[in-house]
Amino acid sequence: MSKAPAISVRGLTKRFGPRTVVDHVDLTVMPGRICGFLGPNGSGKTTTLRMICGLLIPDAGEGEVLGLDLSTKRRAIKHQIGYMTQKFGLFSDLSIAENLEFIARVYRLDRRKERVAETLEKLGLTSRADQLAGKLSGGWKQRLALAAAVMHEPKILLLDEPTAGVDPQARREFWDQIHALAAEGMTVLVSTHYMDEAERCHEIAYIAYGVMLARGTIGEVIAGSGLSALQGEGPSADRLAAEIEQRPGVAMAAPFGTSLHVCGPDPVALRAAVEPWADRINFTPAEPSLEDVFIHLMRGATDNSVEAR
Amino acid sequence: MWERIGAMIFKEVRQMARDPSTIAMMFFFPIIQLVIFGYAINNDPRHLPLVVEANDNSAFSRSIVSALRTTGYFDITEVAGSYGEADRLIAEGKAQFALTIPTDFARRLVRGERPQLLLTADATDPASTGPAVAAVNEAVAEALARDLIGPLAGRQQGPPPIDLVLHRSYNPEGITSHNTVPGLLAIILSMTMVALTSMSVTRETEQGTMENLLATPLRPVEVMVGKIVPYFLLGFVQVCVVLGFAIVVFEVPFVGSLGLLLAVTLLFTLVSLALGFTISTLVESQVQSMMASMLYLMPSILLSGFAFPYRGMPVWAQWLAELLPPTHYIRLVRGIMLKGWEWPLVLPESGKLVLMLLVLGTIAVRRYRDTVA
Repeated sequence: MSKAPAISVRGLTKRFGPRTVVDHVDLTVMPGRICGFLGPNGSGKTTTLRMICGLLIPDAGEGEVLGLDLSTKRRAIKHQIGYMTQKFGLFSDLSIAENLEFIARVYRLDRRKERVAETLEKLGLTSRADQLAGKLSGGWKQRLALAAAVMHEPKILLLDEPTAGVDPQARREFWDQIHALAAEGMTVLVSTHYMDEAERCHEIAYIAYGVMLARGTIGEVIAGSGLSALQGEGPSADRLAAEIEQRPGVAMAAPFGTSLHVCGPDPVALRAAVEPWADRINFTPAEPSLEDVFIHLMRGATDNSVEAR
Repeated sequence: MWERIGAMIFKEVRQMARDPSTIAMMFFFPIIQLVIFGYAINNDPRHLPLVVEANDNSAFSRSIVSALRTTGYFDITEVAGSYGEADRLIAEGKAQFALTIPTDFARRLVRGERPQLLLTADATDPASTGPAVAAVNEAVAEALARDLIGPLAGRQQGPPPIDLVLHRSYNPEGITSHNTVPGLLAIILSMTMVALTSMSVTRETEQGTMENLLATPLRPVEVMVGKIVPYFLLGFVQVCVVLGFAIVVFEVPFVGSLGLLLAVTLLFTLVSLALGFTISTLVESQVQSMMASMLYLMPSILLSGFAFPYRGMPVWAQWLAELLPPTHYIRLVRGIMLKGWEWPLVLPESGKLVLMLLVLGTIAVRRYRDTVA
């Protein structure tokens, strides 16, 4: 692959007062890839996205977006980026069509009317074109926001928790759209809290308290964590979580329905830890989930959002 | 650039049109204000207690007193005796005005010596002084015009036959409805331009739309101009409404040049818009911007010379008033509308407004950034 990365940032750092919100983050995303950006609340995901799209100026670090220098070419970058904010950022007192028209004007798109009509059609908004944006439900607002972010055909799409508060069907459709866009060559960087969404990404990046903790494909991240897991089935297995979690060698134990999911860094120690219950509960080896990995990573990270207060 | 500004303007106008409260404010606000200030508050005060101390029991003084009565401005009490008597009545608040006619008034009037009449005013309520003084002047002149006949007719030519002296407080810009209505231009423009602009910009930040706007190729200055133009036009509509009402309903004389008035109004509108924008860069929510606007509007109403005469204020308040754009604009409007000021006369006050525009504009542009936080 000789292609240049769509996003390439190194040592990106942002401080708000005494608090370092983003601490030397490196991130590379190749064209046409969907990169999931994960991390707990307040971990610096939004701040990183804002730095990449030029809404915030980094305190340190450098990078290129589409080959354009982040520190000197912010305006040129803005033309080629679509950014969907975490909070609905369109005008609630304008209709769907009017909002898109405004965006089309701002980007000076040619064939404005046709472009708006095409975008409405493409995202299934045509029937609601004249509804006020403020009166839409969460799923429709999200569709509109996506439409507004992609209408000017950006090369990079930045999505900040796009599916918060959206029902499963709308989420599924949303992700189908994202994959369709990526297939056309758009690079997508999407922040999310949802593990199932992370699994839909080509690759993921995990950030906690401003520090990048893991990067790669899902397989790579899980393998890189060094965790192994056991699945326990048996009477009242799910009730044992708190007890088992106290045992040495157990990183975490969580009930899943009637079964119990246990994981830890060392498979032998893990097996030994569940031994006392082995007579009535059948423990079988299992794949550690992405969630296991993230919670494990998060517990290991220092929470710098507290010390700032 | 122009297309993006156009996009902003178009969006703003659409949003305005969709927001009935803005429309209501645009049309009814000036009218309500005009009615309240024009009729209710500054209606010429009547039935002012006046004590006449006629020390000269001549036909002239009797005729002056009866002329004063017919003006309808005064409830007249006549006292005889010393000057101290009238003074005491004023001190006790039983009279607001005292007219003292000296003992040799008739004799000196006949001789053509321009005798003095002393009008003492209680200046604690300066607003009513102006019209009352004018009424006294008129009544006296009218009475004398009727009485100075025959051999005395010659006294009516040349300088006025008497010399009316006003004691205690003289208020050359005494507030009449003619003076207030032009002042309203300043207040109404301040309210809409400062409050609406700052709130409309803050709304974008508060509702999260600013982040979206700034992620697009829109430049800060484009957002600014796009926001300002519609409010500027709105201000023009308001100026037309107020001026129309002032001239047609309140019959305010307009002796100066309309072009010059519009020019200084343009300047004042720009200053107000720049101020509104500056406020929006300093506050975080619409409520805060509302409070900040009120903080500006209250002194503007009270200190600018709109509600109370500028010269009736202590020096520190006058300095404060000097810092308020409406103070200068009100002077300009009164000067142009009522005194017929021409080009060089408007320079000092306009100069101060230009200076304010430069300062506020610089602050607004420097503080308004294309990044969030």
